[in-house]
Amino acid sequence: MIQAALAVGLVAVSAWAVATFPRSVLVFLLFQGSLLFAYVARIPAWLRAALLGAALLVLMPAIGYFNGYYLEVATQVGIFAALALGLNIVVGLAGLLDLGYVAFYAVGAYSWAIFGSAQANQIFGGNAFPLAPIWFYAFLLVGLLVAAGTGVLLGLPVLRLRGDYLAIVTLGFGEVIRVLANNLDKPINITNGPKGITPIGRPPLPLDIPYSEAFYFLVLVIVGAVILANRRLEDSHVGRAWEAIREDELAAQAMGVPLVRSKLLAFACGASFAGVMGVLFSAKQVFINPESFTFLESIGVLSMVILGGMGSIPGAVIGATVVTVLNLQVLKGLSLWLNELKNAGVTVLGYSLANLPTQLEPAKYERMIFGVILVLMMIFRPQGIFPVRRRSRELAER
Amino acid sequence: MTPPTGPAESGPMTLFEARGVTKRFGGLTALAAVDFSLESGIASIIGPNGAGKTTLFNIFTGLYPADAGVVTFKGAPLLGRRPDEITALGICRTFQNIRLFANMTAIENVLVGMHARVSLGLWDVLSHRPRFRDAERALQARAGELLARVGLRDSANDVARNLPYGDQRRLELARALASEPSLLLLDEPTAGMTQGEAGALMRLLRDLVAELGLAIVLIEHNMRVVMEVSDRVTVLDHGEKIAEGTPREVQTNARVIEAYLGTRRHERRRAAG
Repeated sequence: MIQAALAVGLVAVSAWAVATFPRSVLVFLLFQGSLLFAYVARIPAWLRAALLGAALLVLMPAIGYFNGYYLEVATQVGIFAALALGLNIVVGLAGLLDLGYVAFYAVGAYSWAIFGSAQANQIFGGNAFPLAPIWFYAFLLVGLLVAAGTGVLLGLPVLRLRGDYLAIVTLGFGEVIRVLANNLDKPINITNGPKGITPIGRPPLPLDIPYSEAFYFLVLVIVGAVILANRRLEDSHVGRAWEAIREDELAAQAMGVPLVRSKLLAFACGASFAGVMGVLFSAKQVFINPESFTFLESIGVLSMVILGGMGSIPGAVIGATVVTVLNLQVLKGLSLWLNELKNAGVTVLGYSLANLPTQLEPAKYERMIFGVILVLMMIFRPQGIFPVRRRSRELAER
Repeated sequence: MTPPTGPAESGPMTLFEARGVTKRFGGLTALAAVDFSLESGIASIIGPNGAGKTTLFNIFTGLYPADAGVVTFKGAPLLGRRPDEITALGICRTFQNIRLFANMTAIENVLVGMHARVSLGLWDVLSHRPRFRDAERALQARAGELLARVGLRDSANDVARNLPYGDQRRLELARALASEPSLLLLDEPTAGMTQGEAGALMRLLRDLVAELGLAIVLIEHNMRVVMEVSDRVTVLDHGEKIAEGTPREVQTNARVIEAYLGTRRHERRRAAG
């Protein structure tokens, strides 16, 4: 009862605070924290659904009206959450360490970028492209299929590999895709090389609100679909077979799980989510080049999965949120704050911050601070923020 | 090499038959042209450590390729098939060193065992059609029954890793039964159990044979269990079959006594006749 009141109050107060202080990062973090509390608090399921639904469907777009950057953050979180969920199938459920996951993201992104811009004319000649923006929706499916096919393609040669060996091969695969994107501007210009492709068509959205707000809802719908698909897969014979492979490959096979098919399915399912999000990403950015698909991106998504809790759906979502918000807001906010102190000439323990060399800005240490956080997490909470909870099954009385 | 012993083949088609199964690991011959067949009931394979008993199971279930020999199950050749195909045909096994899915619950372990009997596609799963829900509910009900059968109903939602040793062995049995086998291969199912637990397990196996018409092959070290429960006993030593017959026949066989007690083994001639 107290928790319910607290959850409602927190969400309401923090939403009001964001509207009042739209520039304060701390206040926005408070809002995110209140959502987290609403999720973990012991409150009735309907209240939790109502709170989270209201926050995501009403409050967040309203906040975006006051500060557009927050909406951008929320959209990014959504994209990364879906990526983390896809990788979670491969790494978390099936236990296949994939270090080149961003390759599938790239494949999806390029599939729409090429046909949603004038780039395709370079390949086929003529003047038929770009396709009308409405084709974007068809390309969500195309991106899914192409990425799934690429996943199977990667899966086939590496099926016999496990653990470290698999990780190395997938790492190489990720690099191959990036290098291909970088160099396929000759002899036929497919990807336009390092210069990248622009402008990429943005999908027409049926809502009569600012475009970034409408796009936020599109991301929300797609992430919702991804979560639903993930839950259904996990909670079926398919998901159980993946987990069995992770636990004991040989025993799984001896119990009737076809190893090759199950592993390929895991690769294909994981990749297909990345493909869809790639299509979405290229439309959101309007411009893509190979720089967006580096090894560091793969590691970033992997760290979301591990930080959140391997094999756990809420874990993947919270991991994506934490990492994205950390990179986009907390560390940048820290730099800004320090700069303000510096410009104001504040003195700490007799040392004037004005003399602080620029090399000590937190923004320059983003990766380091992120790394330290990862190390601390792995030492003190290796199972992740939301570790997997085994579902209890009700057995009929006899 | 080995003289034909035991009752003569009866009926046109044997349930399970292995002929001349040979397996070498480098220079070591783990199995030398072993013959084995089973029609129904419970057969035990015994022999000293390293005799090749588990290797034989691994070949029967497709985990190892054989170097020579023929294995047929209900008339279909088994060698060269994948383990999951063999399970789908109706042979399932347990492992000597328990190999449960440690981080999954007991009932989930049993549900994985049913994988070969699930006829749902990816689309059924994603769309959650009534067909999927009904099938899933049926699977779960059957898993509950199997757990009850081995006495683990109250532990259904416990993570397998946390179960006591004897329960883990029984869970492995339930998981193997989940694939609806007509032939069950049990690798030391009573290891680590008390004499009382072992006795209860053997009664369960006897019941299963009677009710489901299941055929069972046991690898066992517990001689009291073997002699009590087996219809036939096969004795392996150094990869060769040295005796076969009813428990009583085997118990009095000179070569068996020799193999177990190890007397004058160095003088033993390979080709006994």
